[in-house]
Amino acid sequence: MEETLKIIVLVKHVPDAQFDRHLSGEGHTTDRDESILSELDEYALEAALQLTEARGGSKAGNKVIALSMGPAGAVNAIKKSLQIGASEGVHLTDQALAGSDAAATSLALAAAIRHIGADGPVDLVLTGMASTDGETSLVPAQLAERLGLPQVTFASSLDVDGGRITARRDADTHSETVEAPLPAVVSVTDQINEPRYPNFKGIIAAKRKSITTLSLADVGVDPAQVGHAGSWTTVTSAEERPPRTAGTIITDEGDAGIKLVDFLAAQKLL
Amino acid sequence: MANVLVFIDNPGQALKKSSLELLTIARSLGEPAVALNGELHDDVAAALGAHGVTAVFRPSAQDLDDFLVAPKAAYLAAAVNKSGATTVLVENSPEGKEVAARLGIRLGAGVITDVVAVDADRTAHKSVLAGSYNTAAKATTPLTVLTVKANSVTPEPAAAPSAPETVTVEVPADATASAARITAREQKVASGRPDLTDARIVVAGGRGLDGDFGPVEELADALGAAVGASRAATDAGWISHDAQVGQTGKTISPQLYISAGISGAIQQKAGMQTAKVIVAVNKDAESPVFEIADFGIVGDLFQVLPQATEEIKKRKG
Repeated sequence: MEETLKIIVLVKHVPDAQFDRHLSGEGHTTDRDESILSELDEYALEAALQLTEARGGSKAGNKVIALSMGPAGAVNAIKKSLQIGASEGVHLTDQALAGSDAAATSLALAAAIRHIGADGPVDLVLTGMASTDGETSLVPAQLAERLGLPQVTFASSLDVDGGRITARRDADTHSETVEAPLPAVVSVTDQINEPRYPNFKGIIAAKRKSITTLSLADVGVDPAQVGHAGSWTTVTSAEERPPRTAGTIITDEGDAGIKLVDFLAAQKLL
Repeated sequence: MANVLVFIDNPGQALKKSSLELLTIARSLGEPAVALNGELHDDVAAALGAHGVTAVFRPSAQDLDDFLVAPKAAYLAAAVNKSGATTVLVENSPEGKEVAARLGIRLGAGVITDVVAVDADRTAHKSVLAGSYNTAAKATTPLTVLTVKANSVTPEPAAAPSAPETVTVEVPADATASAARITAREQKVASGRPDLTDARIVVAGGRGLDGDFGPVEELADALGAAVGASRAATDAGWISHDAQVGQTGKTISPQLYISAGISGAIQQKAGMQTAKVIVAVNKDAESPVFEIADFGIVGDLFQVLPQATEEIKKRKG
């Protein structure tokens, strides 16, 4: 019998990238009223489900905990995760968190992860390769630094055996195999698996799964350490770029390749 | 005393253009020093002097490359403390961002990524939400850590070259204790083309290529360009995943982006709409890519691309 796993998957609700997104308010933040589970987080959730299902799933004592930080809407990302198959949800929410940068976000998440670990150690913290909104990609590395854990980012395959993880990473010039002891923070790419969709059974089952709501006080974080006040960076201005406008559009009449080269020459791009 | 520290990881035989750009930005902010990891070849040392670098810090440990990120961040933190720098510049690669991320936590410093320009007061400029907004941001901490995108400035040597001193930095003994170890590494076959993220010109192909990247590669080679691809093309397995431009691939800002057989949905636009000049070839006149193209051709890319390739070869003689 393989060891059981307790895995936390970080899930984020993000504005739907299919629609126009805007920055507004004093802190130049995105409006998340119409938000969805970040597509890239679904790969992390799928990886967690595959690892735990191989060990007998939740019946055998494995846990996949969907953790999200954010205002009321963040609970949608957790609910979706429970429908897909996570065993429980944790929602870290507090007025004081609004406007947190990566450093403040990683501080609050690290505290929540320690809190979750208080009733049984956490083996793995899994995240997607990036968020589709802020795109800073800092949080997994900062979380690992704060928790003093190994980080394995951009894993395109992931195995857990005997208290160690083995992962493959693909860079432009090389591929590498990396190993680390558990517990560890791992981010996975969109090459690692094909995420499943929630099915009817999963949607019904999700209604019986618990979502724990935590405040900053619950996880022992001083509100002054997070939000705009606790962040180490500040956005001083945000301007919408004028949309690109279409230039010259021609229909090929047999000489479009030559015209293309004429255009490049005129732009001094040859 | 040097106040701007540039992290250069394994430069090899010669400094990359993006490293020269970081040194150029460093000089605009103050006096540059370099925290180097890996070997220091004579040509690299000479280039650092030509760029006005006053000190080169080197780690006491030789095995930082055997681990992922964490020990490099620990070394860089020690180098920052030794140099007294107030600004750290790092390349905007995935690993560069992670080194910066961990450095920020170690030293309590604000980190700003994807920077395209830096003002004298260390305000950093970047473009966010798939290039639809330009924002300015600033660290509120004594130390500022910035990861700067390639092609942000034109590299220029210093007016007065320097003779940098070499300083060894003690890497903390526990730096590798809780780090992931790299146990195997396979080099990929080099394409001989420029690196996609740094390239001045990119020719990219999508679904319209129907599995045949030949016309895109030939045009790219005639132009000395890198080859890119849409997610549809990489998912179909027509080209390596490394070539993907877009939200789940690379975000690039070349001087020229030639899009062939790519419809240009939001996922793709996120990766390329900050290119200076966009040229699009697609047989469907309704493709969204034509809304953002400076020059668009509605036509068969299997006719248009080879004709353009021939014409370029002819003109270049």
